[in-house]
Amino acid sequence: MALAGLSLEQAPPLSVPLRFFLTAPLFAFLAALLLLFSGPTALASRWSPALLAATHLLTLGFITMSMMATLLQMLPVLAGAAVKQPRLVAWLVHVPLSAGTLLLASGLAAGWKIGMLASLPLLAWAMLTFILVAAYSLARTEARNATINAMRLALGALAITALLGLTLAAILAGHAALPALKLTDLHAAWGLLGWVGVLIIGVAYQVVPMFQMTPAYATRITAWLAPWFFIMLLIWSITVWWAEDNAKWVALTGLAPGLIGFALATLSLQRKRRRRAPDITSQFWRMGMASLLAASGIWLVAQFSPALSAAAFYPLWLGMLWIVGFAMSVINGMLYKIVPFLVWLHLQSRRPARGAIPNTKEIIPDKMARRQLRAHGAALALLLCAAVLPNPLVYMAAAVWCVSCALLAWNVFSAYRLYHRLAA
Amino acid sequence: MDGLGNYLAPDHRRCDDYFSAAEAAALQGEWEAAEAQFNHFLAGMQHHFAKEETVLFPAFEQSTHLTGGPTEVMRMEHAQMRGLFQDMQQALASRDANAYAGAAETLLILMQQHNLKEEQMLYRMCDQMLVRESAELIARMNAIAQ
Repeated sequence: MALAGLSLEQAPPLSVPLRFFLTAPLFAFLAALLLLFSGPTALASRWSPALLAATHLLTLGFITMSMMATLLQMLPVLAGAAVKQPRLVAWLVHVPLSAGTLLLASGLAAGWKIGMLASLPLLAWAMLTFILVAAYSLARTEARNATINAMRLALGALAITALLGLTLAAILAGHAALPALKLTDLHAAWGLLGWVGVLIIGVAYQVVPMFQMTPAYATRITAWLAPWFFIMLLIWSITVWWAEDNAKWVALTGLAPGLIGFALATLSLQRKRRRRAPDITSQFWRMGMASLLAASGIWLVAQFSPALSAAAFYPLWLGMLWIVGFAMSVINGMLYKIVPFLVWLHLQSRRPARGAIPNTKEIIPDKMARRQLRAHGAALALLLCAAVLPNPLVYMAAAVWCVSCALLAWNVFSAYRLYHRLAA
Repeated sequence: MDGLGNYLAPDHRRCDDYFSAAEAAALQGEWEAAEAQFNHFLAGMQHHFAKEETVLFPAFEQSTHLTGGPTEVMRMEHAQMRGLFQDMQQALASRDANAYAGAAETLLILMQQHNLKEEQMLYRMCDQMLVRESAELIARMNAIAQ
């Protein structure tokens, strides 16, 4: 068993995870800003250049950025698998991921082919490095639990997403003749359902019971859900490719029930929580689960309602509910647990004389976090409205969303600044 | 099922219950109830720490010849938790709900990730390596006065 992982000497320096957590909100802010300046045309269709760019700013710049850091942070605790050379890994992943995301988003937004192509080696490098590092840790661990299994599957999904993304870029650049629409659906499904969905499911098994003191997820859920979901995603992909008319049956019987079951199980565990103190992270999670339910419900209905599936707002709603409502809410909530605790922990080891060390609620005050929670909720609601009536609601939605992302960036940055002031 | 992990892990759940009861009472300004629950919590934690620090960890160290490894980290986290117990006690004494909530939240995260590391790794390693002496170790831990 990997004993080394339990040793604190190998806990990575604060700068390793924090650079990811500091950068992520900035990318979300850029996405909101892009929407603000593009106006109603951005929401004209799911293929609008601004929307494609904003989607990648969010999925790569915010979601993947913070999930990678969270995974690197959780591996030692869960698997006893410390990452070797954490500083080097952080540089090798963070810089190309940030630069690649910016280039890709500018390329997509402005139709700037060179930027888009230049982003590919950077993103491929970041993904490959991260996948190899995480896979190496996960392969060595003897610890067995459902979260580790889900992490393995999520990594596989990330690799598939990246490969599909590269293929799509090759098609757009005119180097491959494949059906781009189908590939885009597969790319989005593997990224959003596989990488994001499966990883959040696996992480939830640990963090939902931990922070709210709820009962554990039932073993029949933890043992089956992530593998079932992954296999259904495979079957769905094959069906989409060769027998698209039948894909809805896989979605109906395989994917949607898994998601709905997970959301309901999580909400029901939260209702049974033993810790009754109000908790902002859990409020973010509830918003995330409600969005997940809404997204799955709308998806289900659309399989049988041509009117809904043809509506211009339908794909936008799915994307907004899944990306902003589900993934971003859950990650945003996690940041309010992870960031203050990391700052506290590192202050603790640098200044053994306690007393002067602020506690986590002094590092990011509840008042500030709650303000951002409200802004985030308002932004989500306004975005959904703007999908139906882009002009003029998109301006309001984007402006409120900018405020929410800026507040999040500020809250994380304040924690970092406090660390520097006290650790100096 | 017996075994060291199954013997020690329920302590974590028991202490969690007292922790949340104390926190809920403190946040509602029911200070006497909060103090009573906190004292149960503190006694439970100290008892659990004593079992680990005087019986389990030394046995693990002896069997693995690892003294600077995982048990050292566990001891250090125990020390950090003891620091937060003091902060919570002070907050109770001065009837300061904000200070209590902050110290409690910090302790919660520290304690939960600590418990996770023990339950996912350390206890399992102990169960593998200390099979033969496990009954004797449990008897010695049972003998520690609360």
